[in-house]
Amino acid sequence: MPIGDSIPLIGIRWDDVLFVALAATLLVSALLVVTLRDIIRCGLALIASFASLAGIYVLLGNPLVAATQVLVYIGAISVLVLFAIMLTQTKNAPARLVFQTQTLAAAVAAVVIAVVITATVLATTWPSAGQRLWTSTTDVAHLLFHDYVLPFEVVSVLLTAAVIGGVYLARREISKDGENR
Amino acid sequence: MSGSLDSYLVLSGLLFAIGTFGFLARRNAISMLMSIELMLNAVNLTVVAFGAFVPALKTHAAVIALLVIAVAAAEATVGLALVMAIYRNRKTPLVDEYDSMSE
Repeated sequence: MPIGDSIPLIGIRWDDVLFVALAATLLVSALLVVTLRDIIRCGLALIASFASLAGIYVLLGNPLVAATQVLVYIGAISVLVLFAIMLTQTKNAPARLVFQTQTLAAAVAAVVIAVVITATVLATTWPSAGQRLWTSTTDVAHLLFHDYVLPFEVVSVLLTAAVIGGVYLARREISKDGENR
Repeated sequence: MSGSLDSYLVLSGLLFAIGTFGFLARRNAISMLMSIELMLNAVNLTVVAFGAFVPALKTHAAVIALLVIAVAAAEATVGLALVMAIYRNRKTPLVDEYDSMSE
């Protein structure tokens, strides 16, 4: 049975309900990422924020970017972050202060940035902005493999270089007497 | 609400500000990298939002967002490897204890 555009009786559009729910999840989990004391929980909140952002990409009519967000961010980057957390945890680290001494200045800077961006967005009328449109994956594929084929190949070279560089930086150095440093 | 460009741009601005706060305020190097990921996500949300609402940018925005995601993955790999390398030398992930240049 198809559901309508809006909730029956109340008349609020489903789009708006989903947008508010996803935006609230996104902002709350992002705040948890930067404020929680236990860094493992920060990593888990980061996954929640990535997931709600993927939902917002779907609302924006861009399923390909949403799928990439799930695969790359939730699938790869968050696993990388969690592994790095577990490899660098010391026994005395999480109990001590998690914030720098400049936290107050940082909070002021963040609030100023938020206010400036919000004011700018609300004061600007975007003349060429129209209705929300669905982005067809077929069109994206045609564009990616015709006009953007050079950037695509450059990105693949960059990823290879990043993988090799990452392995080189993170490898264990063997000292002369054969012991791990 | 979900049909106007402004709400998406404000959302991405708020996300970017949260990421800025985390980058400036946290002591743990990995927390700072997570905040950078939040900021990159905010920028990507802006790109996709403009793509959804401006017809001339529609498919270009999706391509740009995909390339940004790929570059962000490369950045996360190298950044976390750097943190691991420093951790092995200094035995701490806290950035304010990396002070050998000031001694």
